[in-house]
Amino acid sequence: MAEVKLEQVGKSFGATRALDSVTMTVPDGSFVVLLGPTGAGKTTTLRLIAGLDLPDAGRISIAAQDVAGLSPAQRDVAMVFQQYSLYPHLSVRQNLEFPLKSPILRTPPAEIARKVGEVAEILQITHKLDNKATALSGGEMQRVSIGRALVRNPAVYLMDEPLSSLDAKLRADLRVELKSIQANSGATLLYVTHDQIEAMTMATHVGVLDQGRLVQFGTPRDLYENPVSVYAASRLGQPRINILPAALFGGAPDRAAQIGLRPEQIRQGEGENSLVERVERLGDQTRLHLNLRDHPIVTVTNAHTDLRPGDIVKIRPQNPFYFDATGARIP
Amino acid sequence: MSFSVTDPTPRTKWFAGLAVALYALITLMPLLWIIATGFKSPADSIAYPPKMVFQPTLEGYVNLFTTRTRIKEADLANLPPADTWYDRIVREQGQIIAGPSRYGERFMNSVIIGFGSTALCMILGTAAAYAFSRFRVPLKDDLLFFILSTRMMPPIAVAIPIFLMFRNLGLNDTHIGMILLYTAVNLSLSVWLLKGFIDEIPVEYEEAALIDGYTRFQAFCKVVLPQAATGIASTAIFCLIFAWNEYAFAVLLTSGTAQTAPPFIPTIIGVGGKDWPAVAAGATIFLVPVMVFTILLRKHLLRGITFGAVRK
Repeated sequence: MAEVKLEQVGKSFGATRALDSVTMTVPDGSFVVLLGPTGAGKTTTLRLIAGLDLPDAGRISIAAQDVAGLSPAQRDVAMVFQQYSLYPHLSVRQNLEFPLKSPILRTPPAEIARKVGEVAEILQITHKLDNKATALSGGEMQRVSIGRALVRNPAVYLMDEPLSSLDAKLRADLRVELKSIQANSGATLLYVTHDQIEAMTMATHVGVLDQGRLVQFGTPRDLYENPVSVYAASRLGQPRINILPAALFGGAPDRAAQIGLRPEQIRQGEGENSLVERVERLGDQTRLHLNLRDHPIVTVTNAHTDLRPGDIVKIRPQNPFYFDATGARIP
Repeated sequence: MSFSVTDPTPRTKWFAGLAVALYALITLMPLLWIIATGFKSPADSIAYPPKMVFQPTLEGYVNLFTTRTRIKEADLANLPPADTWYDRIVREQGQIIAGPSRYGERFMNSVIIGFGSTALCMILGTAAAYAFSRFRVPLKDDLLFFILSTRMMPPIAVAIPIFLMFRNLGLNDTHIGMILLYTAVNLSLSVWLLKGFIDEIPVEYEEAALIDGYTRFQAFCKVVLPQAATGIASTAIFCLIFAWNEYAFAVLLTSGTAQTAPPFIPTIIGVGGKDWPAVAAGATIFLVPVMVFTILLRKHLLRGITFGAVRK
């Protein structure tokens, strides 16, 4: 329950620039998702906030307090590691109790039992409480590691791809569960993923990282509707935004080098002729793989379309995004 | 770890079993010989061809723990009847017990020095290995090599300097001197072995503990130590075996108060003729502590290194 502020934070590992002057405010009680491919600096951001690594430059504050000299324990953060990091010599129950028994919290035994029971219930691991941590499946380990963070009531939760190794159903369940835990407790949560569905469904804010730089920070909707660059636009949207030469269609502004078209920005039935190469029926929607003068385009159409490979569809842009040669958006 | 994609065939297993049994027999032979000799009479112990079947006696053990004087047959007959079984054994040899031998003391010296140096070595070794494994130590590789290089020296090369040093410091023939010496000799091996074991423990566990509200030292005690238990146990056994069996330094630096069993056992031979059964009895008893220690820590030796709770 605190605001987290990063001001011009930089971090290098040897010659690699992991974070480059990142400034970001995670508002109190928000659910912030950091998006970006591997190596973008997502995990580094979490580790710097947790105090596991120290920044080379810049300031980090939690609840308006500069955390520069504070140990991870003093920062009052809980973290879910991507590699689970369950203590292998302890049982599941002991793993969950571990943070509560820390010299900082010293929770009374009755309270520990209540909390552990409650969290085990939410994560559906009650029946595994007395197992050894090493005797669990990958998904169970990941749930225990989420549980180890949830038993506490820290200033900030940091989660590094916590749902990545769960099966689809459990992932969907826990998405809802995590979101409601966060909403009910009013906790501040910083969440790293490269799953855009997680970003869209849970986040109040999304931060997009590209090679250590924060390129855009805003609500998921804002990010989707107003991306600042080709890179930011490509983070969200399924199927991905189509990036094509601006000259392919008429009417582009002077500086435009590329045009970006999300499926809903492609009007079907008028404009240029394109060839249907493939039809993917996903049930609730059907994807069309089109070819427009040797440029592939993926869009969505009516689920019950009669189109078949080899057919011709007319398409034209509708309120598209234009980007200049560097990839920046032209407003 | 299995190197074969299929299970071994019965014939391979049979052959492997035979090889292991043969090897065990070869290594156990001298041990069984010593144990058997301890229960033989002096005549049986030097009989040729060696006796496989013999009348067992505790004479060797009684002689080991006593000093005796030979007296005349007539005087022996005039004594009141022997009231203990060991008195009787001694008198059968035409001797009477003059007092206890020094074997008990020497054995205790071995226990104090062996276990003391092993404990000290584990404390220092674990701390040093942890630092080498986790922290950025300036000149780490050079330091590690330097530590190892102390092991490459034959002990005899440093015997004279150490002797002089010990004399000047008043450490000659003291328990603390021998504990320090054996710790110094063993530390290189234990730092290297333990560093290997601690390197195997992923650093993520400590990071998790740091975030869970523990200090680095608490994380070390609660998370690293339990997982390093296997490594610490096996390293402790190596250190104990070395300190327990060490002979050269013990001969050179101890003579009385702190003399360990290895230099003492050979002196038994000279007490009253060639008393091989007493020597064998001394060696047999000397084997027990290391065997017990190894058996107690066997669980840790056999248990594999923990893995699996961190996704690699």
